[in-house]
Amino acid sequence: MPMAVTLAHYLVVGALLFALGLVTVATRRNAVGVLMGVELILNGANVNFVAFQRYAGGGVGGYVFALFVIVLAAAEAAVGLAIVLALFQTSKSIDVRQADLLRE
Amino acid sequence: MPPRLGRLFAWAAASALVILFVVVLGSVALAPALEGGREAGGGQAGLSAVVFYALSAVTLAGAAAVAFARNIVYSAVGLLAALLGAGSLYVLLSADFVAITQLLVYVGGVMVLVLFAVMLTSRITEVNVSNRSFGAFGGFLLLVALAPVLWVVALVTPWHAQAPGPLAPTTAAIGDALLTRFLLPFEIASLILLATLIGAVVIARKELKAD
Amino acid sequence: MEHPVAVTQASLLWLIPALPLAGFAVNALLGVRLQKAFGKWIVHTVAIASVAASFAVALVFLSEMLGLDAGHRHLQETLWNLFTAGRLSVDLAFALDPLSMTLVLVITGIGSLIHLFSVGYMAEDPAYWRFFCYLNLFVFAMLLLVMGDNFAVMFFGWEGVGLASYLLIAFWYSDPEKAKAGMKAFVVNRIGDFGFLLGMLLLFWALGGAWAPRPGIRAVEYQPASELRPLDPAIGAADADALAPRVAGVKVGPTLSFRELRDELTVEETGVKERLLHTTLFGMPVLALSAILLFVGAMGKSAQLPLYVWLPDAMAGPTPVSALIHAATMVTAGVYMVARLSFLFALSPSAMGWVALVGALSAAFAASIGFFQYDIKKVLAYSTISQLGFMFVGVGVGSYWAGTYHLVTHAFFKATLFLAAGSVILGCHHEQDMRRMGGLAKHMPLTRYTYLVACIAIAGFPVANGFYSKDEILFRAFTSDHLALFGVPTPWLGPAIYALGIVTAVGTSFYMFRSYFMTFTGSYRGGAHPHEHNEDPHAATAAPHGPLSASVHASDGAAHAAEGEHGGPGASPHESPWTVTSVLVVLAAGSVLTLLLGLPALWTGSAPAFERWLEPVVAQVTFRQAGEGTEWLFQLLGVAAAAGGLAAAWALYRGGQSEVPARLKARFAAAWTVVYNKYYVDELYALAVVRPVVRLSALLFWVDAHLIDGLVNLVGALGRWASLLSDLIDRFFVDWAVNAVAWLFRAAGRSLRRVQTGHIQTYLYGALGGALVVVLLNFLIR
Repeated sequence: MPMAVTLAHYLVVGALLFALGLVTVATRRNAVGVLMGVELILNGANVNFVAFQRYAGGGVGGYVFALFVIVLAAAEAAVGLAIVLALFQTSKSIDVRQADLLRE
Repeated sequence: MPPRLGRLFAWAAASALVILFVVVLGSVALAPALEGGREAGGGQAGLSAVVFYALSAVTLAGAAAVAFARNIVYSAVGLLAALLGAGSLYVLLSADFVAITQLLVYVGGVMVLVLFAVMLTSRITEVNVSNRSFGAFGGFLLLVALAPVLWVVALVTPWHAQAPGPLAPTTAAIGDALLTRFLLPFEIASLILLATLIGAVVIARKELKAD
Repeated sequence: MEHPVAVTQASLLWLIPALPLAGFAVNALLGVRLQKAFGKWIVHTVAIASVAASFAVALVFLSEMLGLDAGHRHLQETLWNLFTAGRLSVDLAFALDPLSMTLVLVITGIGSLIHLFSVGYMAEDPAYWRFFCYLNLFVFAMLLLVMGDNFAVMFFGWEGVGLASYLLIAFWYSDPEKAKAGMKAFVVNRIGDFGFLLGMLLLFWALGGAWAPRPGIRAVEYQPASELRPLDPAIGAADADALAPRVAGVKVGPTLSFRELRDELTVEETGVKERLLHTTLFGMPVLALSAILLFVGAMGKSAQLPLYVWLPDAMAGPTPVSALIHAATMVTAGVYMVARLSFLFALSPSAMGWVALVGALSAAFAASIGFFQYDIKKVLAYSTISQLGFMFVGVGVGSYWAGTYHLVTHAFFKATLFLAAGSVILGCHHEQDMRRMGGLAKHMPLTRYTYLVACIAIAGFPVANGFYSKDEILFRAFTSDHLALFGVPTPWLGPAIYALGIVTAVGTSFYMFRSYFMTFTGSYRGGAHPHEHNEDPHAATAAPHGPLSASVHASDGAAHAAEGEHGGPGASPHESPWTVTSVLVVLAAGSVLTLLLGLPALWTGSAPAFERWLEPVVAQVTFRQAGEGTEWLFQLLGVAAAAGGLAAAWALYRGGQSEVPARLKARFAAAWTVVYNKYYVDELYALAVVRPVVRLSALLFWVDAHLIDGLVNLVGALGRWASLLSDLIDRFFVDWAVNAVAWLFRAAGRSLRRVQTGHIQTYLYGALGGALVVVLLNFLIR
């Protein structure tokens, strides 16, 4: 039976988004997939920010922060994908397992 | 397409069920902790609750697809769903400007970017295969380790949550804050965007061979 | 002699041995260079001068001694104390009493004459300096022997003459036969010396020790040994002398000094004589034992049975050496020793009996061998052994002056004989075999006459000195009273020895005149060029030798080329130069003149001069009384013996025409062979003594090479194994440990490096894991 949605619910959603995003980053072999996971993580954080702003905050700080996160996420996605493309150009593969030039 | 469709349906159903199950159990387990928040907004709470659950399901299903889908395109679509879901959750949380920005930037910009990237790089082999040996197990472990912890923390901690006020537009307030209180971050963000622009172009362009 | 010897202190006695020592030193150190720089004359001048000077000094002391009265003629000089050890104190001291004076005069006088002879004889030898160097060394050592006041100095000289004898016999050492002869002489002498040493030590031991009074022995107050502190190192000669017990002014106790020993034994109050007479060692009386052991030394040095075998082989040395050492002086050292220790021997009839018996047997044995020898030097060698036997008969029966007198007469006539033989050998171009001589009378008249005079002397005709000494000896042998063998008195021993002696005298006369007739009468059998120069005329045997001897003898003392008497090889025999003949004449004259010293009491009514001269020095032994008639009879018998021998030799060998010798030889061929080969004694010794010793030494060598060296090698091997083990431990344990550490680090590094995978996701996991840990810790610790 549906019950009242509280802050905790939203926090849980955010946590799960974060967790799934982390799993994606950790397990994906495709570099683009990794970046997608990063987006998920950021989104989960955003949900947290907004939920807190709604239930516990004064002013609009939470919303502004979420805005900034979106902006930076976009920037980071752009740069990251640019890197992936550069990587694809040089090694013809975007398998992160193969990008191990920094290994011992 | 029947297998693919079937799989998709299976995925959606499975994730919805999981979410419901977890939520129910969590709520039952932590019923006393939520006593305080029960009275406020009972009936309306009921509809908005359902909407919330539905939207959460979509978001989380999409996230699951991003994490576990074998095909990268499925992951991209899942990401799209997750982003949309998150946006709609913002709406529920009276963050209209943020929701719209999410839609515009994330779904309209980042998603497109990601799809472009996927398309540009999907010609090579084994793109959608994730390493099952170490990766899956490790990821599962990670999930099992992390999610419950965060969940429990979220539920147990006394957040000093107040009852939310009525849904109200926030755009003016945000705009105001951006130019007063958050002016410096605003300017810096614009600088960052500039740098990102240049950087992305520089990094991604093909090296011109001197001929 | 119931009183101790009266000592007269003298100084410069040491000059007598020191002068020849100086001559030795100069020639030894500088001889080669002097000879090269100035010629040979300087070498012989130094040598002859030193010995002649010593003779002159001796004459000076003789005159001094004659000035003293008879009882005080003991000149003593102590140079310094050689060492003192407890009660033993050995000084470097010289003593001249009539006995040693006699010997000194003989040694230096006849020694200088022989030095002069050697100038001509060794003229062509390039090692001229070495010869005179050794001659001087010999004279020095011999003088030490006779002038030594104690056993130690005498023994030093005893060994020294042995050494000089070895050096001189093996003078031409490049010939192995001569070197072997030298070694034989030295080794046989050594055996004798061992006996001498044992006797000396036994006597010393018997004299010493704390003694308790025993019944029958006159007790003497004697300080116990502890009071003399024999182990105290600070005790010096003066302390030892001061602390020694004295009885009636005579020092009592163990001593090596002749004078002290004589005083102890002759002065009855000391009780030493009584004690020694009753001391036995393993049942044998100590006196007899030590005297006989000392006589063993004399047997070796003076070539008596059974240690005589070296003397014939010693003829391998140059003839002057044979004359000086093996006729006149060294071999008489044994006789001197017995005479010096007359008071000791006189106490032991057994010892006296042994000495006399061995002497007589040696005399007879050697004379028999001399019958058939063809080498002239060999004949003389066996004659020497025989005459030494006579001397020992003399000192053995107790007539010490007679034995010593025979020593003196023998020195003269034997030296004459040897030197004349040397002259003959020179004249016949190094021929020594009498079968190839003959008829030399007209070629070498001086040599011939001197040889004849010496033969007359040795045969025992009253015109020369040999008769007087020999007669005295034989008479005393017959009338001896104190002889015993193994403690059993043997009154028959004296007459038995006399019988042997008379027969030997016949034999002596016979073979000496045989040698004379074969050499000088008849016609020369040598031929114009008697032999190849490769043939070694100086060999111990008559066998030919290899080219070595050619080089040796090409440089031998052949005087003919140097003196310019006549032409080169191939010429007939010739007389020798004046350096040779003058000496012969002097010695022959001495052989006649010295008879004056021994004119018997029967003729003159008083004791012979020589007997009176030696009387204070030697022990007096009583003899059986014999009437004058008996004495005349014995003298006649002596002359008859000499005449008989001469007659036989005349008949068989005069003129060399007679066939009788050859026929007799053919008839008794077996006996002749045995005697000619010296009764195979040398072969017997080689079998019985030399071979076992050689085998023993081979065994010991084996032991040394295998066992001892094996032990040493084992120790070395152990060391090697230990080091090998150490190496293994080092390589496998230590190095393993070190390597393991290194390997550990490398492995650790290798495994830890795997963290750096280069995969971002791995790093992410790491970061998350760390975060998880931090969170958990936060939960847990709070």
